[in-house]
Amino acid sequence: MRKRVVITGLGVVSPNGVGVPAFTEALKNGTSGVKHYPELEALNFSCQLGGIPPLSEEKIAAYFSSLQLKNFQSSGICYGVIAGMDALQDAGLDIAGKTDGALTQFGIVFGTGTSGVEKFREAIYKLDDGLVRRLGSTTVAQTMASGVSAYLGGMIGAGNIVTTNSSACATGTEAILMGYERIAAGKATQMLCGSTCDHGPYVWGGFDAMKVTTYKHNHEPHRASRPMSASASGFVPGSGAGAFLLESLDSARERGATIYAEVLGGAVNSGGQRLEGSMTAPNSEAVQQCIEMALCDAGVTGADIDYINGHLTATVKDPVEIENWCAALKRSGTDFPYINSLKSMVGHCLAASGAVESVAAVLQLYHNFIAPNLNCEDLHPEITRRIDTECIPQQYLETPLKTIVKASFGFGDVNACVIFRKN
Amino acid sequence: MTTEAIYAKLLPIIQGYLPEDVDTSQVHPDSDLTRELNINSAHLVDIVLDVEDTFDVEFANEDMENLRTMNDAIAIIHKKIN
Repeated sequence: MRKRVVITGLGVVSPNGVGVPAFTEALKNGTSGVKHYPELEALNFSCQLGGIPPLSEEKIAAYFSSLQLKNFQSSGICYGVIAGMDALQDAGLDIAGKTDGALTQFGIVFGTGTSGVEKFREAIYKLDDGLVRRLGSTTVAQTMASGVSAYLGGMIGAGNIVTTNSSACATGTEAILMGYERIAAGKATQMLCGSTCDHGPYVWGGFDAMKVTTYKHNHEPHRASRPMSASASGFVPGSGAGAFLLESLDSARERGATIYAEVLGGAVNSGGQRLEGSMTAPNSEAVQQCIEMALCDAGVTGADIDYINGHLTATVKDPVEIENWCAALKRSGTDFPYINSLKSMVGHCLAASGAVESVAAVLQLYHNFIAPNLNCEDLHPEITRRIDTECIPQQYLETPLKTIVKASFGFGDVNACVIFRKN
Repeated sequence: MTTEAIYAKLLPIIQGYLPEDVDTSQVHPDSDLTRELNINSAHLVDIVLDVEDTFDVEFANEDMENLRTMNDAIAIIHKKIN
């Protein structure tokens, strides 16, 4: 029989708030973290906006030694380490002592899309100048995909699986499910799971070139990210990290730990880039199957869902996502659950989105509220045709929540869906 | 440049790479950098880069192989700048 898995710690580094208390306040207040960056304008970006977490040098120095910060240029590892170590501390857990062995029951699955792009850029310039010998000792650690889990693993002394997953914008949600499955199978007691994403032009440029970001709101950053709006014209790229300390229910009870929620179950799948699915677009049939499989795995039905934390990026695909939720949950009109998208506040945190948004989802569940959807005063008619406008709160709303669902969909036609329940 | 002058410029470089539990007072000219001072061997390449920048010299692969202590570093630097 599989073990029950609960969340005992959270950590978050978001464009609109760093740390759980600040992020919770930002969620309640609908605080935008989207800003205009002149650097992007100078580089001729169509979308000159972005979401970058506000971090002071003092804050960063509290998590890294001065030696670690020497020639350190990986914003993703920085965000992931801060979120991850915060989740550990939030759970009331200690790192392994210097002279102790590794924590054999503690594992890490911390995902990312790419790592240390600024460091990689610096290395490429040096290398092309014939100076490969000048790259220094940390170029590999900062640019390898598993850099973030490796940094965390060493800081904590993790002795179970320590790895990095990567499934584009589904990465964070997938990481939670990978950790959940490992604990459920009895192969680990505690798993630090989450995802992170570098910020900046070298990560965002490819999306700008694809014209999937918005160019229409450079003069009004807070109004730029418009999920579910009829005037949605593309996403705003973001960055950051979210982290979950997952733990067996038995261990959490034994420790007397605070339990945010239970991970009831979930599913990951792929649309195989078949039907209307492609490298960049989801196959709706697979999206619906993923949600249905998640419900089944969690032992709940669509009728049990009180709130949906959507993927909803502010592109033309938002109405299709709503249609898929309606079909998978078998609910529509006034019967549809509450739904919102954190992306209206922080933009699309790409590989970090699943984790940052899942932290937002669990905080709303734990504190019984729905965060406001910003910038959807003009809801898309294809959305209001299917679900009632009351299901899409535009103001902070207090309401009891018990069972919620979070889904993420990524390039490569990959999907991840997780169900959380108040314990 | 005198040995003393080189040592004075080299010491702060080495100190920057000491593990937190190794005190700077433990650094002597003949201390083994990795075995006695517990400097991560991967950081030897970073120390060399700092030395190159500070003394405007370039270490060859063979120089790296002979680098065990501060005295070794001083000897190599001496040879390069004289």
